[in-house]
Amino acid sequence: MDWVVFTLTDHRFHVFGNSVVQDAGRGALDAALAAGTRFYPPVDGAVYGSLLHDRATLDAMGDALTQPPHNAPPRAPVLYLKPRNTRAGYGAAIAVPNTGVEVGASVGVVIGRTASHVAVTDAAEYVAGYVAVADLCVPHASVYRPVIPLRARDGFCVMGPAAIARRHVGDPDALPVSVSIDAKPVFAASTSTCVRGVAQLLADVTEFMTLAPGDVLTLGAPHGAPVAHAGALVEVRVAGWAPLRFTLVAEPMSGGVA
Amino acid sequence: MKRARVAYRGAIHSAQPHVDGIELADGRIVAEADVVWLPPVDVGTIFAVGLNYAEHVKELKFGVQKEPLVFMKGPNALLGHRGVTRRPDGVSNMHYECELAVVIGRPVAHVAEADALAYVGGYSIANDYTIRDYLENYYRPNLRAKNRDGATVLGPWFTDAADVGDPQALEIATFVNGRQTQHGNTRDMVTSVAGLVAYLSRTMTLQPGDVILTGTPKGVVNVNVGDEVTCQIGDLGRLVNTIGSDAEFNRRG
Repeated sequence: MDWVVFTLTDHRFHVFGNSVVQDAGRGALDAALAAGTRFYPPVDGAVYGSLLHDRATLDAMGDALTQPPHNAPPRAPVLYLKPRNTRAGYGAAIAVPNTGVEVGASVGVVIGRTASHVAVTDAAEYVAGYVAVADLCVPHASVYRPVIPLRARDGFCVMGPAAIARRHVGDPDALPVSVSIDAKPVFAASTSTCVRGVAQLLADVTEFMTLAPGDVLTLGAPHGAPVAHAGALVEVRVAGWAPLRFTLVAEPMSGGVA
Repeated sequence: MKRARVAYRGAIHSAQPHVDGIELADGRIVAEADVVWLPPVDVGTIFAVGLNYAEHVKELKFGVQKEPLVFMKGPNALLGHRGVTRRPDGVSNMHYECELAVVIGRPVAHVAEADALAYVGGYSIANDYTIRDYLENYYRPNLRAKNRDGATVLGPWFTDAADVGDPQALEIATFVNGRQTQHGNTRDMVTSVAGLVAYLSRTMTLQPGDVILTGTPKGVVNVNVGDEVTCQIGDLGRLVNTIGSDAEFNRRG
């Protein structure tokens, strides 16, 4: 966490094994990708995810939103943390249980300066840029009180390959997002169906929790995230950004989730 | 050994108890009230366990869960000893939760419960506030109720595990403006410290500085602006903080 400001001027990326982070043009990033490089995640801050943040997810729940145990539709943003053990970068091999994992293709908002009780009209000034996030979770039905190992296993938050400066990203509320598994397109969505736009989400979240420079707040997985299993090569694309690729491998000892 | 992190005259210092106040690592002895107390360790992931004392579960009218109810908190929530936690205007139930805080001392994955305490570096006291007005029934407990700025007070000391002995034999007490409101003992945890470390390490690699807040016993009550809340656990120390108003934080509804 940087205390004053998080600088992101172009494409911020961190080649695996290098001691320093780079912030360079798309050409330099593409060259590193072409060389078959692995990457660390491009940001170090806390990662918060949004849940039930696609209008289609709420629509699909229908009457369940007003019945026990939920009783009422969500009011405040529904959030969770992806702790530091979940952090992984481009090219990682992620161990998954034999249930497979849902691949939540999401856009992360990278915070540029300390954001507390931010007004909607000022929200863009707090955004340094964006990062593609493959937010993994073990498939589960209940959204009442699911146990955290479903979402917080080692490597379950894959980010990158780069964080992209805000000036390179047009309207963050109209970004196409897609997933391919083993080079086959399996899923397409858009940030336009989010319950809140980026500015409203930042205002609603920072009303009760301060975000620090370098923190990431995702817009959440679009409805109907595809499931992938061990052995898969997964690719997440956001708009024309460099794609995020990683592989899934079988857990050495399976059956960890109760 | 007990250590704290305090800010004093332009720098952050390691400090230890002294008969005349506290002793900074550079040798100065200063009054407890003359320093700014920070969380005593560089905190990584914060795990919090809900409903881990049977009597408290009854108090909140929940059934006993099949596996530990764990949630997480972000760095925004941390606050040091003698800090101020904001109580929004108009809420009806904001309560403290005095909890034994377990600090992981070395990396650990897939550890058996019998071996788990060897990975605990030490202990501290946490006072983890909740605003029940904001509880919603999705991915409970939700962050608006639990992960508020300054709602997780930690300290004043980090005490080495070797000096604590059995973590399941510590008296817990909370006082509001000097009047005792909560009493319990860590022996009554549903899942023990060792059990929690083992459970979490089954799916997550824990790292030094990760903290597990192990739940609170029966006796949580609403607190109001101006209240001073003191949490005590065994010989770990006395963690004090006060409740501040929206006005103090320059919030206007």
